[in-house]
Amino acid sequence: MSIELINIWYIVAAALFIFGLKQLGSPATAVRGNLLSSVGMLIAIVVTLFNAQVLSFQWILGAALIGAIIGYVAAQKIAMTSMPEMVALFNGSGGIASLLVGWAALYNIGNTTFTDITIVLSIVIGGLTFTGSILAWGKLSEIMTSRAVVFGAQRAVNALLLIALVTCSVMFVLEPSVTSPYLFAIVGLACLFGVMAVLPIGGADMPVVISLLNSYSGLAATAAGFAINNNILIVAGAMVGAAGIILTNIMCKAMNRSLANVLFSGFGAVKVASKVEGEVKPINAEDAGLILEAAQSVTFVPGYGMAVAQAQHVVRELGEMLEENGAEVSYAIHPVAGRMPGHMNVLLAEANVPYDQLVEMDDINPRISNVDVAVVIGANDVVNPAARNDENSPIYGMPIINVDEARTVFVLKRSMASGFSGVDNPLFFGENTRMLFGDAKESLSHVIGEFK
Amino acid sequence: MEAVLLGLVLMLSIFLGFELISKVPATLHTPLMSGANAISGITIVGAILSAGAELEAVATILGALAVMFATINVVGGYLVTNRMLSMFKKKDTDQSGGKS
Repeated sequence: MSIELINIWYIVAAALFIFGLKQLGSPATAVRGNLLSSVGMLIAIVVTLFNAQVLSFQWILGAALIGAIIGYVAAQKIAMTSMPEMVALFNGSGGIASLLVGWAALYNIGNTTFTDITIVLSIVIGGLTFTGSILAWGKLSEIMTSRAVVFGAQRAVNALLLIALVTCSVMFVLEPSVTSPYLFAIVGLACLFGVMAVLPIGGADMPVVISLLNSYSGLAATAAGFAINNNILIVAGAMVGAAGIILTNIMCKAMNRSLANVLFSGFGAVKVASKVEGEVKPINAEDAGLILEAAQSVTFVPGYGMAVAQAQHVVRELGEMLEENGAEVSYAIHPVAGRMPGHMNVLLAEANVPYDQLVEMDDINPRISNVDVAVVIGANDVVNPAARNDENSPIYGMPIINVDEARTVFVLKRSMASGFSGVDNPLFFGENTRMLFGDAKESLSHVIGEFK
Repeated sequence: MEAVLLGLVLMLSIFLGFELISKVPATLHTPLMSGANAISGITIVGAILSAGAELEAVATILGALAVMFATINVVGGYLVTNRMLSMFKKKDTDQSGGKS
């Protein structure tokens, strides 16, 4: 197939990516959108195999087969609660692929200086995406501590690393060679940089990091596209990069923090919140059941704790019972609840909660004072009124779901330990708050038992 | 000139990406991300070109490894997105299609 014809097919693939992404924007068309985009990918792959440059196929087919099997098994086996880890790993594999493509492009003949620069870029971005994603996976799966890791000279070390990386890149571009020691230095430093970049970021900030790494994996593909002069890589990579940046921005806004603050502050390592005094009022499942039975409107506010307790199915069961009882049931979801953007929505969808019952923070807040019972399940910081009232609180200014304004609040909690950010929550001491201690899943099962 | 043209393509694609994504509801953020992630596996095209070009052995091996990783990204990304999306249901539709 001629290069011209291949490029025409690439345009078709790009158009399918665009339509696919557009249709991913609405729940009704999203499945089709994903399908369109995968057809675009298939077209791009198949026509590339017809490129005259491709002479042997055994390596390609062997590697693709292994990759496809790994990808298939991973996608089928993964539990919905572990989706953030999965996305992090897929991000990482995209990153390392771009690094390798850039590296291999060095063996092409007749590279210009511009090409060499883009090769270095694809190696650097691909490398830091790879190790950053692996580290994010480690934090999310709690193989390592998910708290922010901060040490004294961190900034100095990072600055040195950056200087070394830039120096090596310049030296390499001045005299590019596949055996240049600077090449290996760049690969090593880029990988180290990815680790250092994710290390100071705490678990509660993971939605931001995942979105950002997603963006990087796209940018790495774009850089690789420049390195091998390929349009489709540039177009598709840039769209992914833009998408990731938008999500990153939405997550940052939802925490009222700048990206720089998330990336560099090591939030969660410092605790300066003012102490909250008051009395906690516990409630048992029996009384909770009675109150819920009388409620006209109930809103569930899920957080990461619901995922940990695997409580989404009992939540839905309780929700359905309340609906049969005549109550209006909704699920209010904070943009950064969970460990990745939209994490809670996926879990509730898995438990068969219809998506039109899922409401966003901005929609529930104006009518929260009419809600009879707000049930907080494993959420903490995103419902912490200190974000509104206490200027000394580290999370002051973060938009929250104002559950404290509901007529009654149930908080399902394992114990009185503070949330991920280590901030005390005055909600627990509120006049209208009742604490239902214990495992969220068990507690809800007891409440359901009371209902029957 | 080639670089300038590619730069233009890059700029337009970024704008297009911003336009396409900015209106996506929060409910779909996770599938959107994993769907976009699958698209970033497009780097497989570059990987195929390196692995099949019969340059030096090192380049072939680098390319083949890249093909493997990119395929994980592409296949896994699309399948997991599809799995997630097929769970999203509107109210009062048939509950039987729960695939998980």
